[in-house]
Amino acid sequence: MIQGMLTAALVLYGISICISVFRIIIGPSLPDRIVALDMVGVMLVSSIAIVSVMLTTTAFLEVILILAILAFISTIAFSKYIERGTILEYRRDD
Amino acid sequence: MSIDATIEFIAALFMLGGAMMAFISAIGIIRLPDVFTRSHAGTKSSTLAVLLTLMGAFIYFAANQGFYSVRLLLGIAFVFLTAPVAGHVIIRAAYRANVKMADTTVEDELKDVMDKVREEAKKERSESGEVIIEDEKVSDKEHS
Repeated sequence: MIQGMLTAALVLYGISICISVFRIIIGPSLPDRIVALDMVGVMLVSSIAIVSVMLTTTAFLEVILILAILAFISTIAFSKYIERGTILEYRRDD
Repeated sequence: MSIDATIEFIAALFMLGGAMMAFISAIGIIRLPDVFTRSHAGTKSSTLAVLLTLMGAFIYFAANQGFYSVRLLLGIAFVFLTAPVAGHVIIRAAYRANVKMADTTVEDELKDVMDKVREEAKKERSESGEVIIEDEKVSDKEHS
């Protein structure tokens, strides 16, 4: 019963990731793609949590933190790139 | 059904609910008309989805193995802190990059304020004799 529910949840996450990847491919503007990319990262985090429950191991829990941090940093970097055209600014406020 | 099995069932129910929220969020991201409404689907409901799922995993490990994972709690706190910030920043960048809104948009209140501020800044610069760099042209360019 529990295994069936976990499998159903994993399948739902898989479908959602596929839909988001579709939005990344067709998305008309760059921010569309980045919103979808952020969502894919968040969904990967939760599907890894489900996988670690299915395998009853706690070895994957570090992966959750790392992926969450990577998704956040990449979103911030992309939005800085959209706003300014550069990620790291060298111009000083004189 | 023992008490541990019941708690595990509740944890699995949490995870299934989180997956359903993620599915609803995916429907939103494919169906809504422009980037501003899509970010509503992409940030709010996926935050709830990851919250429910990680909470379910935490409860499951607590009931099944007696293991109270601090890493899962940290993950919950981190996602809960960063998802709204990321959504805000990316939509702010999208607005400044002049991404086109949907045709059904009724009102854009920020536009008047932005125009006024931009005009005032331009006047101030021309009074102080500062050279205007190409910066504004770059930010006005539409990303497509």
